[in-house]
Amino acid sequence: MNVFQEFFYWLYDAYGLNFIVFYDSWEFNRYLVGLTNTLYLCVICVVLSVVVGIAGAWLQTSRFAPLRWVVYCYIQFFRNTPPLAQMYFFYFGLGSVMPRITNDMGLQEPMFGNFEWAIIALTLFAGAFNVEIFRSGIEAVPKTTVEAASALGYSRWKAYVHIIFPLALRICMPGLTNNLVNLLKTTSIAYAIGVAEVLYVANQIWAVEFNVPEMMNLVLVTYLVIVSSFVWMMSRITKRMRIPGYNW
Amino acid sequence: MNSSDEKIQVSLRDVRKSFGALEVIKGVSMDVRKGEVVCIIGPSGSGKSTLLRCINALVPIDQGSIDVCGIQVNDPDLDELELRRRIGMVFQSYNLFPHRTALQNVMMAPIHVLKQDKAEVEQRARALLEKVRLSEKADAFPGELSGGQQQRVAIARSLAMRPEVMMFDEVTAALDPETVNEVLFAIRELAEDGMTCVLVTHEMAFAREIADRVYFTDRGVIVEYGPPAELFGNPQDPRTQDFLGQIL
Ligand SMILES: Nc1ncnc2c1ncn2[C@@H]1O[C@H](COP(=O)(O)OP(=O)(O)O)[C@@H](O)[C@H]1O
Ligand SMILES: [Mg+2]
Repeated sequence: MNVFQEFFYWLYDAYGLNFIVFYDSWEFNRYLVGLTNTLYLCVICVVLSVVVGIAGAWLQTSRFAPLRWVVYCYIQFFRNTPPLAQMYFFYFGLGSVMPRITNDMGLQEPMFGNFEWAIIALTLFAGAFNVEIFRSGIEAVPKTTVEAASALGYSRWKAYVHIIFPLALRICMPGLTNNLVNLLKTTSIAYAIGVAEVLYVANQIWAVEFNVPEMMNLVLVTYLVIVSSFVWMMSRITKRMRIPGYNW
Repeated sequence: MNSSDEKIQVSLRDVRKSFGALEVIKGVSMDVRKGEVVCIIGPSGSGKSTLLRCINALVPIDQGSIDVCGIQVNDPDLDELELRRRIGMVFQSYNLFPHRTALQNVMMAPIHVLKQDKAEVEQRARALLEKVRLSEKADAFPGELSGGQQQRVAIARSLAMRPEVMMFDEVTAALDPETVNEVLFAIRELAEDGMTCVLVTHEMAFAREIADRVYFTDRGVIVEYGPPAELFGNPQDPRTQDFLGQIL
């Protein structure tokens, strides 16, 4: 045992505070796996949900009405239903009717495992809000600026890429940060379909050790660190993108 | 200037345009020859801005025909880029791209839209900024420039596309009185270089000095037109007399 582990063992011994992951390397590794999975979920879902948001906002400006309705229905569905129910819907509902595939060893297995379903559900959940956020950003770009781009020969697409989107992104950074923070916290519901993320692993540990308060504190502190690091990063990006003479 | 054997660059024939039930342009015809400077004056709401927007296809017309440098603007298969590289437009509210520096604003369209070589475009952009006397502001953002400076960058930005015709829509209307002259100076230089110009303006003294022909519009029609000395010195129509009486 190193000094760090000895301290936590002493803490347990002397005061009954059982932070087992800090003195038992096997439990520590188990918690590390949970942390890694949580971070994976966070990074993948943040990236994918932003992509969904940008694509959806672009589709909503389409002149083809059915496309706009599809995006509209998607947003309404995911905004107005609980994320946990969505997760169940995907994993138990869709998961059971998806075709099965044959793996390398010739066995039948589901096309998506619980980890993949968690990514899909969380991405679509946060993506729906991101579409709305990006759309409001796009709408806040002055029409006259877009007109100036047209007058210079910009096509709709080029104006979007070079002018509308860069400005919209700056306008919607605060809203985007809020929604992504919400997404980070919501990754914990992947617990409900058995994804071995932080909360799930903590639960496995306390089921054996009966140290619920200690593990819950650890889980909360873990999220606190993840979320505040993320917020710090987003505020750095926001600052870097700031335009002189504008407050967005 | 003013030689009637120069070829016609902008030609309008009985152009009509309505927004819903409101007919804004009620049969306007007009010819502008290469190198000519034409001013359009008239009370606000008479359809001057709409007319300019029709000429570069920002607004589709309902009836009549518009020809710009041999391009049929009302053709349903209009190649908008081909049109807009030939005709530049400067707006009352400058409409610079706020997230790019003055130099970048001038360089963007030739690079993004015409796919021209970056180094060559930069050289041209710097020369244009020098022409509008803003070399030292090349790296400033629009938010850091005065209205008059922004408007001169907007003129340089339009010129970077090497248009054959320039349109100006009340480009000094939003400026402080002391900066109006620096913008008018830039336009005067352009006109002296032989650029074909269509100006909507409330600067009567400037129109009188610079124009080859002045059109007076009211409620969507051209009431009368002629050389500035005649139109300002001896207006025929009572509406023109009325308008000039109020404004001079
Ligand atoms: N996009 C539009 N939709 C509806 N009405 C418009 C639009 N653009 C201009 N108008 C109307 O057309 C009329 C002429 O406007 P405008 O061309 O801007 O006049 P001016 O530039 O001479 O002041 C006004 O009554 C204005 O409200
Ligand atoms: Mg106007």
